[in-house]
Amino acid sequence: MLEVQEVSKTYNPGTVTEQCLFDKFSLSVEDGQFISIVGSNGSGKTSLLNIICGSIPVQSGDVLVGGESISRKKDFQRYITMGRVYQNPALGTCPNLTMLENLSLADNKGKSFGFSRGVNKKRINYYRGELEGLGLGLEDKLNVKMGSLSGGQRQAVALLMATMTPLNFLILDEHTAALDPKTAEVIMQLTNKIIREKRLTAMMVTHNLRYAVEYGDRLLMMDRGQVVLDRVGAEKQSTSIDDLLTLFNKISIECGN
Amino acid sequence: MLDLLVSTLIQGLIYALVSFGVYITYSILDFPDLSVDGSFPLGAAVTAVLLTRGCNPYLTLLAAILVGALAGLCTGVIHVKLHVRDLLSGIITMTALFSINLQIAGSNLTVGRSVDTIFTAGPTMALFGGLSLTNRKLVVALIIAVAVKLLLDAFFATKAGLLLRAVGDNAFLVTSLAKDKGNVKLAGLVISNALVALGGALVCHETRSFSATMGTGQVVFGLATVIIGVALFRRFSFVKGTTAVVVGSILYKLCIAVALDLGLPPNMMKLITAVLFLLVLVASGRKGEEIIHA
Repeated sequence: MLEVQEVSKTYNPGTVTEQCLFDKFSLSVEDGQFISIVGSNGSGKTSLLNIICGSIPVQSGDVLVGGESISRKKDFQRYITMGRVYQNPALGTCPNLTMLENLSLADNKGKSFGFSRGVNKKRINYYRGELEGLGLGLEDKLNVKMGSLSGGQRQAVALLMATMTPLNFLILDEHTAALDPKTAEVIMQLTNKIIREKRLTAMMVTHNLRYAVEYGDRLLMMDRGQVVLDRVGAEKQSTSIDDLLTLFNKISIECGN
Repeated sequence: MLDLLVSTLIQGLIYALVSFGVYITYSILDFPDLSVDGSFPLGAAVTAVLLTRGCNPYLTLLAAILVGALAGLCTGVIHVKLHVRDLLSGIITMTALFSINLQIAGSNLTVGRSVDTIFTAGPTMALFGGLSLTNRKLVVALIIAVAVKLLLDAFFATKAGLLLRAVGDNAFLVTSLAKDKGNVKLAGLVISNALVALGGALVCHETRSFSATMGTGQVVFGLATVIIGVALFRRFSFVKGTTAVVVGSILYKLCIAVALDLGLPPNMMKLITAVLFLLVLVASGRKGEEIIHA
């Protein structure tokens, strides 16, 4: 279980642009839960993910995994049991390394990076199988540099890499936002498949209300650092895009947008 | 003419060590490391002092590697732990090293003819005693350059090497792999400056001298050779980066040798260097950085 306890986050403290985003914000996530998070820009969705991952510091509060505080752990230490896919497909892979080299790196996560061979030839068939599972014809491109693949292909490989080793959490930060509608759909389906097959706990920030409604078993809507809608299970299943849109518009009007 | 060619080749092979170092920081780590201008003469200073004190010439190379690694560690700690920008970290180390080099070896130090260098010491003579001094220098320089190249190639193929290449390419990924990107960068800077200092040591063996100003322009030299090499072999992806920079280094030294042979005054060297560098950048059609990352 992941618990965010009374976290307060203020941007630019002590300056004229000081802005309080979270004031004693709390949230708990059950193991195996797949949460989709929606909300307007600046509502705190990505900040929440960054706080969980340790990418940004907080003023107060605690983040617990399985009852243990991870607040003192640096970002890279938290990633031992976390995977993250970013909005920008370029962030999930190394463009100048081949796909094989990229996959080998991901495969070795959690182990030491010593002086043994970087690419384990015995694993190539396993990689091929995983790539075939993506259904994008990438299994023949193992020796191609990542940089020469399309955004959608890179994002698919990034997803594969992020989930290759055992994880407690998968963090998806608008990971379909930079893709064309068709590719986004493919990546979203793949995401769902991987999360269900590996029984991952996942948090997905998205601007696509349909994805938020269709996928996941809990739905959060955030606004100005607060959860304004939280629906789980059957209640979530009965939520429609129209419901979300109505609430979204109401919030926007209140904000004066 | 042949003499000129051979001596150029020796120069190119010895200075290739600097190119390897700059290749690691600039091309692989994406770190503009200016400490090279200080770690190069540092290697030479330590070597010159040790040689004049009667130290085993082969051991001086090891000493140079160690002090170079230390210089790289300095730059790395300033950047990674003290959060100073990459360019400035290098400048700080380079500036500090200038005084340190003066402390170690003074402004000039000549190694006497009676002192053995790696080109004249017993083991070298036992192997290549039949060759003239020039040819012996060529063979030894070739062996060292090729050995370092092969070692680097082998290293880049290991897991540690892969991680080093990843950190310059996409530091986010290294963090995602639960590794401290700062430590990986630090390791890269250590290796790079160790190689550069080894280059300085070899130059000291070859010329039997150290001068406090010998480091000036080494960064530019390194960058130029990396960019020449990489641009030259851009279409031949099977040619490794390490091979490309050795060729870059030899070509660069050839250009300088030809310019000097045509009667260019040595005082104009740096100007020619700058012009040559600019020409290479323009001729390859893109900005330096993009060539490397193409």
